[in-house]
Amino acid sequence: MTTFVATVVGSICFAVLAPIVGCFLDGLDRKISAGMQGRVGPKLMQPYWDVRKLLQKEKMSVNTVEGTYIACALFFAIVAGGLFYSGGNFLLCTLVITLSSLFFIMAAYSTRSPFAEVGAARETLQVMSYEPMVIFTAVGMYMIAGTFDVAGLFDMRHPLICYGWPIFLGLLFILTIKLRKSPFDISSSHHAHQELVKGITTEMSGPTLARVQILHWCENVLFLGWTGMFFLSAGPASLIVALVFVALVYFLEIWIDNNFARVKWQVMLKWAWIVALVAGGINIAVLAFA
Amino acid sequence: MSFMSKSPWVIHYDASSCNGCDIEVLATLCPGFDAERFGVINTGNPKHADIFLVTGSVNSRNIHVIREIYNQMPEPKAVIACGCCACEGGVFHDCYNVIGGVDRAIPVDVYAPGCAVRPEALIDAIVEAEKVLEEKYEAMKKGEHAPVIPLDAPVLKKGA
Ligand code: SF4
Repeated sequence: MTTFVATVVGSICFAVLAPIVGCFLDGLDRKISAGMQGRVGPKLMQPYWDVRKLLQKEKMSVNTVEGTYIACALFFAIVAGGLFYSGGNFLLCTLVITLSSLFFIMAAYSTRSPFAEVGAARETLQVMSYEPMVIFTAVGMYMIAGTFDVAGLFDMRHPLICYGWPIFLGLLFILTIKLRKSPFDISSSHHAHQELVKGITTEMSGPTLARVQILHWCENVLFLGWTGMFFLSAGPASLIVALVFVALVYFLEIWIDNNFARVKWQVMLKWAWIVALVAGGINIAVLAFA
Repeated sequence: MSFMSKSPWVIHYDASSCNGCDIEVLATLCPGFDAERFGVINTGNPKHADIFLVTGSVNSRNIHVIREIYNQMPEPKAVIACGCCACEGGVFHDCYNVIGGVDRAIPVDVYAPGCAVRPEALIDAIVEAEKVLEEKYEAMKKGEHAPVIPLDAPVLKKGA
């Protein structure tokens, strides 16, 4: 019962705070990216203005079910965030966020537009690419900490990173896919590329697109939390260490985004699985037999 | 308060331009002029866009395409004719296949002249279009809607 209450309270807090933090991070991302490209870039508030504008646009949808799927995707992303940040079960969190991704894919497929379908197929490949590493992360966490509960990490003498750094590196690799950054932004890209721009959201417009944007912000906050989790241990100082590393990871992702050209899906799938098997597999084998 | 003028997302369509204006449109988004300072994003998708940038003149082949893109854009929306060709046919005005400027196909809100259109003129036109978007947003709240133009509708009157 208490876990249920904690999850509900956590989800409500996440629903309020994650979009704010995510929006700020997005603004920072665009500012830093612009700097790296030798531009001035938009104001820090630009992502917020974009979403407010989208909410004010005309409602235009090819069917009624698309909006429902997006609402479900957003709901489950918030529940996943609530689970994680209230110290709940990490394995459940990974499954719920995957459910959210599936609803997003269904929304794109439901529009029956060829471009959206290509985007959705690519998104499915992205899920296929990163999912093994996510499961390895959960398994590794259980083997090191003896629990799936994120709150349990605060009882540990050494943070997860000490025994699980290969898994952390593997997670960093798929984080690029999860944050939809180049070279793995094959289902949607937010830059001025003309080919399949935002493929998966082709048919979404106005308020629905605004919800997709908020969904991405929530996802980003959650995934950065996953990387921060590796630095938690007993004592509040570990929280600060985790925040510093999260900031570093985010900067690294922006740098990668600006320096690599998009790859084909075959390359993404191959490398994501190789990295997962090598980093995750060896780490788990060592943990199991050492 | 309306946020229309804060984030003008554009879609660019090359009607039958000589590519001069297209390169200028893209140059506007590149580091030199950096239109993203004003929130401009090249969406490449009519359903995401607020402002329709058309370069080149209208002919009987592309008039349907221009109308299709226009009809797919959600309200409020604005149209910018970029370059002399898009404004009224330009150097191609008396070609056998050319109908005229973009205003023969869809209602145009802002005309950005130049051959090729300068990025400065284009940024200026986008800022003008933001005001149009604000007005259209107010009109939309009152229930007004831009006309849906059938693909095979007759050619519009010049400057209509
Ligand atoms: S206005 Fe000039 S540069 Fe632009 S499309 Fe026409 S001929 Fe080319």
